[in-house]
Amino acid sequence: MSKKSFRQAINEALRLEMRRDPRVILMGEDVAGGQGGSAGTVDAWGGVLGVTKGLYTEFGPERVFDTPITEASYIGAAAGAAATGLRPVAELMFVDFVGCCLDQIMNQAAKFRYMFGGKARTPLVIRAMFGAGFNAAAQHSQALYPLFTHIPGLKVVIPSSPYEAKGLLIEAIRDDDPVIFLEHKVMYDDEEEVPDEAYTIPFGEANLTREGDDVTIVAFGRMVKLANEAADRLERQGIGCTVIDPRTTSPLDRDTILDCVADTGRLVIVDESSPRCNMAADISALVAEEAFDALKAPIRRVIPPHTPVPFASVLEALYLPDAAKIEAAVKAVMNHNVTEAA
Amino acid sequence: MQIARETLLRSYRAMRTIRDFEERLHVEFATGEIPGFVHLYCGEEASGVGVCANLTDSDTISSTHRGHGHCIAKGVEVSGMMAEIYGKSTGVCRGKGGSMHIADLSRGMLGANGIVGGGPPLMCGAALSHKVLKDGGVAVAFYGDGASNEGSTLESLNLATVWKLPVVFVVEDNGYGEATGSSFAVAGTQKARAEGFGMPYMECDGSDFFAVHQTAGEAIAHARAGNGPVMLHVHLARWYGHFEGDAMSYRAAGEVAEARRDHDCLVLFRRKVTEAGLLDDAELDAIDESVRDEIESSVVAAKAAPLPEAADLLADVYVRY
Repeated sequence: MSKKSFRQAINEALRLEMRRDPRVILMGEDVAGGQGGSAGTVDAWGGVLGVTKGLYTEFGPERVFDTPITEASYIGAAAGAAATGLRPVAELMFVDFVGCCLDQIMNQAAKFRYMFGGKARTPLVIRAMFGAGFNAAAQHSQALYPLFTHIPGLKVVIPSSPYEAKGLLIEAIRDDDPVIFLEHKVMYDDEEEVPDEAYTIPFGEANLTREGDDVTIVAFGRMVKLANEAADRLERQGIGCTVIDPRTTSPLDRDTILDCVADTGRLVIVDESSPRCNMAADISALVAEEAFDALKAPIRRVIPPHTPVPFASVLEALYLPDAAKIEAAVKAVMNHNVTEAA
Repeated sequence: MQIARETLLRSYRAMRTIRDFEERLHVEFATGEIPGFVHLYCGEEASGVGVCANLTDSDTISSTHRGHGHCIAKGVEVSGMMAEIYGKSTGVCRGKGGSMHIADLSRGMLGANGIVGGGPPLMCGAALSHKVLKDGGVAVAFYGDGASNEGSTLESLNLATVWKLPVVFVVEDNGYGEATGSSFAVAGTQKARAEGFGMPYMECDGSDFFAVHQTAGEAIAHARAGNGPVMLHVHLARWYGHFEGDAMSYRAAGEVAEARRDHDCLVLFRRKVTEAGLLDDAELDAIDESVRDEIESSVVAAKAAPLPEAADLLADVYVRY
């Protein structure tokens, strides 16, 4: 056990699984980096943000494949390799680039098993970074997990910390279905205690990062940390929050969400993705349908506006959910009956 | 190149099976009993069979909308295919794929494909598996002149070359992408495209089994030996429309009749092997009769087979969820 960054935790998960299983291979743009460059170096980058650094050096050119900048062909190749005996981990770099290769994910990998009558296995992991907060603007900042969650056949994982990232990525690599593994780009330098050995965290089992009696907060990825910050402040004001990190949007741990809502009677959902048809909308529908009678106040969603992600810091801050907005939403649901009585 | 007698008999049988399978579907589809879309491979049989005669179950192929021929050529079982096309639970995909998604991974058949250009990237991946697992296999991507323009295909030509993958890209050029002629839609030439990516280009007459078998054999041997990808351009004619029900209002009168008269791969095959004394008419007639029975019984069985059950709707989305 030692303090590790989100970046190191992901690197370690890849390294341990590549040592464990020779069928695990990596591919992606600059996952090694430097091949064909004038310096004659390889492993020059280890991915654009250094997450896969050192893996080419350890595992070599038969396990770690730099690709041309051609997402359709290499994501499709990862799907084809997964269906024929390998366990590829493909890095899509920015999830926004899925526009270049969605067919291979949506129409090929996700559907093989069903279309082929249960006779295919596609143990594929696609890693990509997502999210706003880096002034990366509209084409490098999206939180597209609802897009993947919408597609039957895919599993979708959003780790909320270094510990979570390592356990969930090892689980993803050992899983026999296609998994989309989404890393928030603002979190790579976050640190916490992470075991040195391999461990797994099962999909579809939410994590309660804290428990309280008054309000249930569901948050995803980086939003979990913000939700806990808000919950700290609220606790000092006498409001107790349960914070749920679902870990995976597909499968979704519906039971834990419904149980917590039954206990608290109030629900706030924090979701960084565009607001129409996002996870906040999905979970709102679930709770409205299955736990209507438990609700003491309307559900509140802390979500961005229906706009592309803006560039300027002042606008990006306005766009994103933050601890203050979460705190205000919790207070609004707490005050619902008070306001009504007045 | 000398072709083993066994290979000749098996190849003739495969081509005859494809022809009868497709001609029968043409008839049965018109009755309204077959759901969905059907795209027929009639006229193109020698291409799939000539290529696949050089492959084994440990090699992998991807196919197209027009996939029945590739499936049969790769050894997918006919009665399971027929039942699949009828949407029955005894189908090779248990009635959940249909004509456009017939697949049998145990035969190295990674699926017909409903997406134009869907297969070439997948075959880069299958080839990567063969290469990393060192199993000696090759991957063959069948696609049409229409798919040859897709970005996914062009990217795959590049990736296969960069990674030096054992892939053969087989362009089945029937002159039409749906209802639009390749003379309109394909810029430049397939040859120049292959050369542009630095890979060998070969071409052959797709109605001549022997030409396809010989050329594909060279292409596959090149890839199998670790020399990287090859493009094989097969010239052929489509005897029916893009899909069943297509009135082919875009084709000149007589175009199909001429192809049927002068470029029937089964007629050309029979003439060649009998004139050369490799096989005789009686044994070919016996194959014809046996195939007729097989197709008839596959249709009878498919019609009588049980439909999928309600529980099948939810099955096999995931290995585990």
